Amino acid sequence: MKAPVSWIREYVDLPAAATTDELAARLTALGLKLEALERPGADITGPLVIGRVLTMDPEPQKNGKTINWCTVDVADANGTGEPQGIVCGAHNFAPGDLVVVVLPGGVLPGGFEISERKTYGHLSAGMICSSAELGLGDDGAHGIIVLPPDAGKPGDEVRELLHLDDEVIEFEINPDRAYALSLRGVAREAALAFEAPYADPALRETPAPNDQGYPVVVDDPAGCPVFVARTVSGFDPAAPTPRWMARRIQLAGMRPISLAVDVTNYVMLELGHPIHGYDADKLAGPIRVRRATEGERLTTLDGAERTLASEDLVVTDDTGPIGLGGVMGGSTTEMSETTTRILVEVASWNPTSMFRTGKRHKLTSEAGKRNERGVDPTIPEAAADRVVELLVAHGGGTAEPGVTKIGVAPEQPTVTMEAGLPARITGMEIPAETVVDNLLAVGCEVTGTDRLTVVPPPWRPDITDPFDLVEEVARIVGYDNVPSVLPPAPAGRGLTQEQLFRRRVGRTLAGAGFVEVLTFPFLGETAFDTLGLPADDARRTALRLANPLSAEAPLMATTLLPGALEALARNLGRGNGDLALFEAATVTLPRVGAVAPILPVDRRPTPSEWDELNEALPDQPLHLALALTGDRDTAGWWGPGRKAEWADAVEAVREVAAALGIEVTVRAGDQAPWHPGRCAELFLGDLSIGYAGELHPRVCKAAGVPERTAVAEVNLSTLLAHAVAVVPGPEFSTFPVAKEDVALLLPVEVPAEDVAQTLREGAGALCESVRLFDIYTGEQVQAGHRSLAFALRFRAPDRTLTEAETGEARGAAVALAAERHGAVQR
Amino acid sequence: MSAPNNSFDPVQVTPLGEEQVFAMRDAALQAIEAAADLDALKQVRTEHAGDRSPLGLANREIGALPPQAKKDAGMRVGQVRGAVNQALAARQEVLEAEAEERMLLTETVDVTVPWDRSPRGARHPITMMSERIADIFVAMGWEVAEGPLVEAEWLNFDALNLGADHPARTMQDTFWTEPAENNVVLRTHTSPVQARTMLTRTPPIYVVCPGRVFRTDEYDATHSPMFHQVEGLVVDEGITMAHLKGSLDHFAQAVFGEGITTRFRPSYFPFTEPSAEVDLICFVCRGSGLAESGESACRTCRGEGWIEWGGCGVVNPRVLTACGVDPERYTGFAFGMGIDRTLMFRHGVGDLRSFFEGDVRFSRAFGTEI
Ligand SMILES: [Zn+2]
Repeated sequence: MKAPVSWIREYVDLPAAATTDELAARLTALGLKLEALERPGADITGPLVIGRVLTMDPEPQKNGKTINWCTVDVADANGTGEPQGIVCGAHNFAPGDLVVVVLPGGVLPGGFEISERKTYGHLSAGMICSSAELGLGDDGAHGIIVLPPDAGKPGDEVRELLHLDDEVIEFEINPDRAYALSLRGVAREAALAFEAPYADPALRETPAPNDQGYPVVVDDPAGCPVFVARTVSGFDPAAPTPRWMARRIQLAGMRPISLAVDVTNYVMLELGHPIHGYDADKLAGPIRVRRATEGERLTTLDGAERTLASEDLVVTDDTGPIGLGGVMGGSTTEMSETTTRILVEVASWNPTSMFRTGKRHKLTSEAGKRNERGVDPTIPEAAADRVVELLVAHGGGTAEPGVTKIGVAPEQPTVTMEAGLPARITGMEIPAETVVDNLLAVGCEVTGTDRLTVVPPPWRPDITDPFDLVEEVARIVGYDNVPSVLPPAPAGRGLTQEQLFRRRVGRTLAGAGFVEVLTFPFLGETAFDTLGLPADDARRTALRLANPLSAEAPLMATTLLPGALEALARNLGRGNGDLALFEAATVTLPRVGAVAPILPVDRRPTPSEWDELNEALPDQPLHLALALTGDRDTAGWWGPGRKAEWADAVEAVREVAAALGIEVTVRAGDQAPWHPGRCAELFLGDLSIGYAGELHPRVCKAAGVPERTAVAEVNLSTLLAHAVAVVPGPEFSTFPVAKEDVALLLPVEVPAEDVAQTLREGAGALCESVRLFDIYTGEQVQAGHRSLAFALRFRAPDRTLTEAETGEARGAAVALAAERHGAVQR
Repeated sequence: MSAPNNSFDPVQVTPLGEEQVFAMRDAALQAIEAAADLDALKQVRTEHAGDRSPLGLANREIGALPPQAKKDAGMRVGQVRGAVNQALAARQEVLEAEAEERMLLTETVDVTVPWDRSPRGARHPITMMSERIADIFVAMGWEVAEGPLVEAEWLNFDALNLGADHPARTMQDTFWTEPAENNVVLRTHTSPVQARTMLTRTPPIYVVCPGRVFRTDEYDATHSPMFHQVEGLVVDEGITMAHLKGSLDHFAQAVFGEGITTRFRPSYFPFTEPSAEVDLICFVCRGSGLAESGESACRTCRGEGWIEWGGCGVVNPRVLTACGVDPERYTGFAFGMGIDRTLMFRHGVGDLRSFFEGDVRFSRAFGTEI
């Protein structure tokens, strides 16, 4: 809402010393937030005066244009009293006209400095101004301003006449303060801010309703409780909008159009009540307000043909719908440059219906914005009368005696409140008298002393609850007076074990050289194609957004890998190499066909309702994704680096698991988007938690990342659920260790991890550890086989082992490996 | 010199005369001084102090002397041998020190060479700020609550007094999921966690909830379809706006430093009443609105002296009712601040997109704690 300060001051007697900055600050403190402060006219300086055109000689030019060489009388404004010679390109004036002249030395908006200059063979000293050149907006004339003959005399300063100078405060108006979408409302708040006298512009004597007015029937009084109609006939459609009105409309952010339209907009800005004007001669028969029938059609003022729904409120005449009530008029009865008889409609509409209709038809209008938030239902007669007054005053014609009024404003609801509530809720000391005074100041009727019965003013449909009254009292007392006191929280238990574990994951990975990234969870089908997911892959079943930001990414991510790869590629594109990235975030795994109920709000949901609601939500487990490319150990003067590879991805997951006190085991896996021969499936016991390894070469190519890029994705929720909160203190033997190495020949298909497990099992309780330390394939090893060398460590808790004991354990381990895997000792 | 024949030549005492013994000493000391390194010194030790050296032999001959001569010669030889051994030890020490010095010199390296063999890891500043904020409140006895990102419409809106026809619903441009009749949205704020918390805990409730939220905002330097909020909720007996102010003042100071205060402006949120916008006194210009030079406007707050930080208010009793909390007995307050915004102010991050591009240079700059 943009409010010209001169207009605000018309209704509130602000102290002369109050600056606009102070006004804006105080209104902000009351809840009308300053968005911007404009000072129109401030960018125009220097002599700007009335001139009378004395002579005007058209001179055709070679470029096809005709310019006018004019002499203009500006009296003594130019210091000499001699006529001023000015070249002008416009033609919409004649000798004898009064025009606006800016003399050399003046500056126009945009820093446009005016000086004497040679042009078209003349010395042009100044400029005859158009409306646009003065920042007054497009007045529709597309030419220079021609002032009425009685505007003044040559040489007169013209700023005031043109209403050039003003200050405009733009406010951000919250949805609960729809009344402040009007000068009436803003001025009321200004009066509150300065405790200044206020004159309500809606308070006026209006003619009593009678039965001679335009016939109106309201079929749906709930949808349209009040409908007022007045008629002006003999209106001059060519009459111009007075300059002050056009300027105010313009400064308030709307566009002047024609007198009839401007008057309805002006009164809407003034009083906050939307108004609609019909060309009365285009109306056929009585007006009827009703709900539309499904599928009915209406072409609205914006030229759109709309198919109506049965919930839409429509204004109709004998021809059918002629307007979408309260939202936008229809084109068949639109006022035009031939309209001489105007029917003025001021009606109250049901806000919810307005909101729904606006949403349904994607229509936002100044009228709709106010009607859907709720307007004062007691002022339609005043608003209609004000429109009639202005139409007659500036467009001639007469107000017809008929005054139609259907319905009455609904009673305001009564709110009761303990006088002590504002103090109890705000923590400020607010005596009961202050509570009452402040409620009266916002326009409430208040009775009672301890238990107050409050009737909010009709322009405040937002006030329905005692806490609404608390806010009104508090904002006048001043939010700045709320003391600062820490609440007495009971002793807490700190972070939950899972929250602590989650932090540990990030710290572990950062410590291992991984950089955390956060990516958007929006994907398209192409992301799954890039990963080479088979058609029946579960990850392709994703939750779809109805209104995605991009049509290319309408799905909620079921995997973090696309985001990680995109981040990888972006980094590489920016010259950041040797990358190890991680992201821990939820993925969305939809459930089929579940509806999350819209539960009542007047009570707590029942346990079964609560379960039903939660079960309707998609599964949203926390995942962990890793991506590596380039050197894991950097190359440098010390020699070559070590490329990140499949094993780094596996090891990083192992490290995370270790940080959580658990051990993951690894089996060969086969899962897109991994390289089928370099994919590790990771397990907690028998529970698969994800995969790690090298990306499939095709995926590397498709994703635009280097070949051999390694990635992992695991279900972090599962890991966290199995994390060990309390690690048992270790016990270990201090007797000497006995070391034994074994080299085993095995077919290459036998996984090393399986052999290690077998050795551990076969070696028995004395075996402390089994560690693979060498893998050998070559001349001395038969084709299809390899030699795995393991270091075994033995130790007893209570004694030094004898050679015989360790030898026996070693032998048992090798024997089991031979039996189970066909291992042959080298 | 031939070996003496002690048995048959007991009177051969000339070599133990004073002159001879001193000559041996002088020769030994000279040789010790002349030894250039430890190997040479070893040689000198054998030649001048060993068993077969003149002094060594002289020592052996003492026993064969008559008693008076034995005493004199014994004293003389003993003194000389002591002096020689002392000189040997001293020289040994000097030569060892020299040798070590030479060795250390040869082992000198250029300590300015880089050793950046493993790229540095980092956590995301939003993660770290979320944790820091959580810690500030946990230190006061609050707990950290959580909720899903894909949320039931009822929890995101209705339970928070944002019915289907509430004009304020359009203020939060919502991502809706298909099919629409499932009533599932991407949460537009962390406020549904308020409702979840009240529905799963009993007062007194003191929780914060940092988390991701989504709005259908076009992606630019100051808007993102995904951003982060921290929600606070307190429900207890006797809670007032003053407790809200106290909590936020504490929060502001913990994040931005001593002396940073907050300002409330009346605002509107359906789930709180009274509602307020929270402004933070600009921690750069401390409210003056002026840049350090004193002439131009402060860049952080654009000359306003205050920074919009978030929204807050007293929990609307309608919300308490929908969440099964007795509004006659309990009151509460809630707040919601932008974590991304907080970081942008605190660290002078100019472009919101930096948080979501995944450029490692960004996260690395913040390290592993914020
Ligand atoms: Zn500042």
